[in-house]
Amino acid sequence: MGQRYFGEPIRRTEDIRLTTGQGHYLDDIGAGQPVLEAAFLRSPHANARIRSIDIADALDVEGVRAIYLYEDLTGPVAEPLPVLIPHPALTAPRTPYALAKDRVHHVGQAVAMVVAENRYLAEDAAQRIVVDYEVLPAVATLDMARAAERHAHDDVPDNISAHLLQTVGDLDAGFAKATHTLEFDLHVERSASTPLEGKGVYAKWDADDSSLRVYSSTQASTSVRAAIAAKLEIPLLKVEVIAPDVGGGFGVKIAHPWPEEIMVPFAAIRLGQPVKWAEDRREHFISSSHERGQDHHVRVGFDDEGVITALDVLFYHDNGAFTPYGIINPIITSTQLLGPYKPGAYRVDFYSMYTNTVQVTPYRGAGRPQGVFVMERTMDKIAQALGKDRAEVRAANFIQPDEFPYDQGLIFQDGRPLIYDSGNYPHQLTILKDMIGWDDMAARRADAASRGKLLGVGMACYVEGTGVGPYEGAHVHIQTDGTVDVATGLTSQGQGHQTMLAQITADELGVPFEKVRVVTGDTRRFGYAVGTFASRTAVMSGSAVALAARAARAKALRVAANALECDEGDLEIVDGVVQMKGAPDTKIDLGTVAVLSNPLRYAFDKAAQAATQFQGVDDFDKPPVAEDDEPGLEGKDYYSPPRSTFASGMHAAIVEIDPETFDIHIDKYFVVHDCGRLVNPMIVAGQVHGGVAQGIGGALYEKMEYDDDGQLQNASFMDFLMPYVTEIPQKELGELELGHQETPSPLNPIGVKGAGEAGVIPVSALIASAIEDAVGFPIDSMPISPNGLYRLHERFAAGELPRVEHYAASPPAAKRARRGAATRTKKSADTPS
Amino acid sequence: MKPAPFRMYAPHTVAQAVATLAALEAEGQHAKVLAGGQSLVPVLAMRLAEPGHLVDINGIAGLDSIDVSSAGVRVGALVRHAELLRHAAANRVQPLLGQALNLVAHATIRNRGTTVGSLAHADPSGEMTAVLALTGGSVTAVSVRGEREIPAAEFFVGPLESSLAADELAVSAFFPAAPAGAGTAFVEMARRHGDYALSGVGAVVIPGRSGDEGAPAIDVRCGFLSVSETPLVLDLSDAWAAGEDSVMAAVRAAIEPQDDIHASADYRRHITGILAVRAIREALANAGNGQGDEQWEATA
Ligand SMILES: Cc1cc2nc3c(=O)[nH]c(=O)nc-3n(C[C@H](O)[C@H](O)[C@H](O)COP(=O)(O)OP(=O)(O)OC[C@H]3O[C@@H](n4cnc5c(N)ncnc54)[C@H](O)[C@@H]3O)c2cc1C
Repeated sequence: MGQRYFGEPIRRTEDIRLTTGQGHYLDDIGAGQPVLEAAFLRSPHANARIRSIDIADALDVEGVRAIYLYEDLTGPVAEPLPVLIPHPALTAPRTPYALAKDRVHHVGQAVAMVVAENRYLAEDAAQRIVVDYEVLPAVATLDMARAAERHAHDDVPDNISAHLLQTVGDLDAGFAKATHTLEFDLHVERSASTPLEGKGVYAKWDADDSSLRVYSSTQASTSVRAAIAAKLEIPLLKVEVIAPDVGGGFGVKIAHPWPEEIMVPFAAIRLGQPVKWAEDRREHFISSSHERGQDHHVRVGFDDEGVITALDVLFYHDNGAFTPYGIINPIITSTQLLGPYKPGAYRVDFYSMYTNTVQVTPYRGAGRPQGVFVMERTMDKIAQALGKDRAEVRAANFIQPDEFPYDQGLIFQDGRPLIYDSGNYPHQLTILKDMIGWDDMAARRADAASRGKLLGVGMACYVEGTGVGPYEGAHVHIQTDGTVDVATGLTSQGQGHQTMLAQITADELGVPFEKVRVVTGDTRRFGYAVGTFASRTAVMSGSAVALAARAARAKALRVAANALECDEGDLEIVDGVVQMKGAPDTKIDLGTVAVLSNPLRYAFDKAAQAATQFQGVDDFDKPPVAEDDEPGLEGKDYYSPPRSTFASGMHAAIVEIDPETFDIHIDKYFVVHDCGRLVNPMIVAGQVHGGVAQGIGGALYEKMEYDDDGQLQNASFMDFLMPYVTEIPQKELGELELGHQETPSPLNPIGVKGAGEAGVIPVSALIASAIEDAVGFPIDSMPISPNGLYRLHERFAAGELPRVEHYAASPPAAKRARRGAATRTKKSADTPS
Repeated sequence: MKPAPFRMYAPHTVAQAVATLAALEAEGQHAKVLAGGQSLVPVLAMRLAEPGHLVDINGIAGLDSIDVSSAGVRVGALVRHAELLRHAAANRVQPLLGQALNLVAHATIRNRGTTVGSLAHADPSGEMTAVLALTGGSVTAVSVRGEREIPAAEFFVGPLESSLAADELAVSAFFPAAPAGAGTAFVEMARRHGDYALSGVGAVVIPGRSGDEGAPAIDVRCGFLSVSETPLVLDLSDAWAAGEDSVMAAVRAAIEPQDDIHASADYRRHITGILAVRAIREALANAGNGQGDEQWEATA
């Protein structure tokens, strides 16, 4: 295979279309046609019983076509929505009904659906529906959930959905070996994916054909299709689901089916007219998934060099009101917490808790940012306790390059052993330290001080399991005009999949990149798929596309060899032409080969006419299509990995704090990323940069502000502070530097690892570290705002918080001794958690 | 997020507009003037307000002028924030305009939002409300009863409440020129660039103004946003003469900030003292180097 495109920073073929208003998003579908529009009446209460619903007044609104309540649902639609990923530890799973039955569990839960001639009228009518609620006390926070005085679900008195304990190694022996122990609490707040395009569904019933076409702004069209077919009792082959251009997903659109994905087709079938619902921003905030909220308690034992001998983590995960996605998030937190390190012994114990808030399902990073926050804060605290350089303590705990594959002894999110395939952490750290000038920050600190600012540096390392199975497939179809159609079932949300998959195809087939057209997320084109999540597209569909292209190529060579009367092995494909190696004048266009591959050869076009010259004499003893053959020049294949592949990253930042206002400014940001081989470095850089931006949102700005009644106080972009471009370090301004290391994955045919979530994962951890370094008191809860920093400073000034000092390089011996004395010696701190 | 039904009116003259407003008022109808829509439309879309009638003034001729004289700057009701920000002459006469407008929202919102609209909106977090109060400006309002000029001190009645009557149209605002020899500055702290400020302070200083025995050598006045129900102006000349700590103490004692999800009242009180000192320092520096043109170039 030639390597013309793989590895090249080719500009994204999607971009002109998407950035000049030519994209076709969910709300564009059916524009200008008579489409009914839906609005949902949503619960204003976090926890309530529905006594009655009166729709009489709402039905009077002119233009209303239907109002549906739970009582209108029958058969499978009336059942609770599915638990997608059950787990033995998930002992009390709960999911909502498509429309609330007699109980609501969070503000924003769908109670009634109004379908009208347009959205305005639908909202007018929804406003007139009168619901009589018996309001119950809400479980608004993790603390309230743990106290269990209030109940998010009547039949889950302890508010616990799941409890899981995993242990590797001998924890007691590990603590016995430790010469120091530390114990502390850490906390991460709730945020959300917040794609710029909310969810949306369009459904059209074809009565003549008894078939349903659905468009959904989803990350998993094949599964949405299966869900709709099952819920609405329509044969699978009579349902098509297409993900059109999707304006971002970041995880929230992998959860499915959403109530609206069932109700919109339900209404379209009943009303015999297309129905559309496009989620608005407020709806998105109060009814689409959130993530991140966790409280951790950590106990760690380590030796004089900072090597961890035992790590004991207990945490509480806020799963919101429902668990449709099982306990994937806390499982990922508990396993990925370990990062590039090998603690002597590890115990992780978590409780997944119900609150009367929006459900929690994966958001870019999916539990990892919390795990990394915990591990990296732990590293910093060890360094501080020993008076050591933070980088040195990390290095002392790294898995070494010769230890791969490395078995962490845990079960990962895919139910398979947590075995790292490849990596080189010490080298990655060296690159990072060189980039930032880690060992010599004195000049920078002095410069900041001269401007009246406090400077801080921080770093964080992580390992990310990417490309989880079970499989993805691809279909490669070489057309008679020499163009190539590629289809894979998973979906795109703007990541550049079309470009990246075309690069792989073009190289595998030997055709120009421009000849390749890629379609994703359309069940008409590819029916089997898992979806876009877990940084899996390049790994899974990239590999499947490579395999499918190889199959198509093999057939092309076989057909061409037959036509050219030569040996397949003597042929190569260059620039879309099959030619004889060393004698390129003996050749045949790939398009012509495609014509030849089909015995039915009506000369509709030039390609078919051109092919006639190669038409040999038929052997009348053989069927026109051989027994093990099929007409057409296609390849289809699946890739199913033995287990996940593990990417890694190390980030660092320099921050400046205004010591009077506590304003926080990120001065410089550094990334060293390793996702194996890079298909397109420009796309990877964009993904990492975007991830960092989202991570900065989580570290400094974004937080779901629930009050004690479970009302979300900031359900708009006015008050939910997603960072603007002005808050994000820019590469072009020299504020962001990206470095790469490549340790190819041995697990897949193209050596790649996932890159989609990478950027977001360590940000909170290193920003906390950097701020702590600047201000000198502990930062144990994220996000942190200037106001929050001020409050901590007040407590620090009142003697309520200890002083923290970090050392970029080896500190003077005297300081080292003083720091050492501040830690508790072993045994005295062995309080069970 | 679709507004409740309303009826739109598109008058071409001020007379038509105020006649429409008066007629609706007489019928007991709830009507709103629509200018740039940057504050009103989101409120409608979220159904936080459901006026049955909108009087769109964007088609009225003659409301889009900026008139600059040595006395000050008169800004018509349809002048967009961005136009005023770009207006060199206006900013020479009153540099606070550009200094503050730079901090109003983002370019796209400034392209549409009107300065007079933001005064009529009377948000105590709006930069221009603070500037009108600090400069001692006024708003000119017209109704079927005639025209009246409302001084800033009487214009702002409460949070999001002005003294405009329901049938009155604000046709212009007047910002007096900066006094001779004055220096001005506007500083604020927002969570993100362009957000409404957690706290903000505009300062006007006139060094060496008073020759009176015992009177402070420097005249210092500050206007505050986001820390009181209506724009607050303080004379800090004595406090400044006594030192920066006195300024901070005086400011913190005078303001009445509230808690919200973005910042506590405590924190707002804390930073407002600091921002006041910084604004005064910066205004003094500007006075020292003959503000005028330079100031404008820095903000443009
Ligand atoms: C994301 C965002 C961020 C923003 N950030 C800031 C900020 O940092 N600082 C800031 O100051 N502003 C900010 N704004 C508000 C912006 O400045 C608005 O443009 C301004 O407040 C209102 O001007 P408008 O012309 O859009 O008025 P409209 O929205 O049309 O009207 C606002 C109100 O004033 C009334 N009104 C308007 N004009 C008149 C008139 N001539 N006579 C009588 N009544 C009138 C309307 O009836 C309505 O009640 C922001 C807005 C947005 C959307």
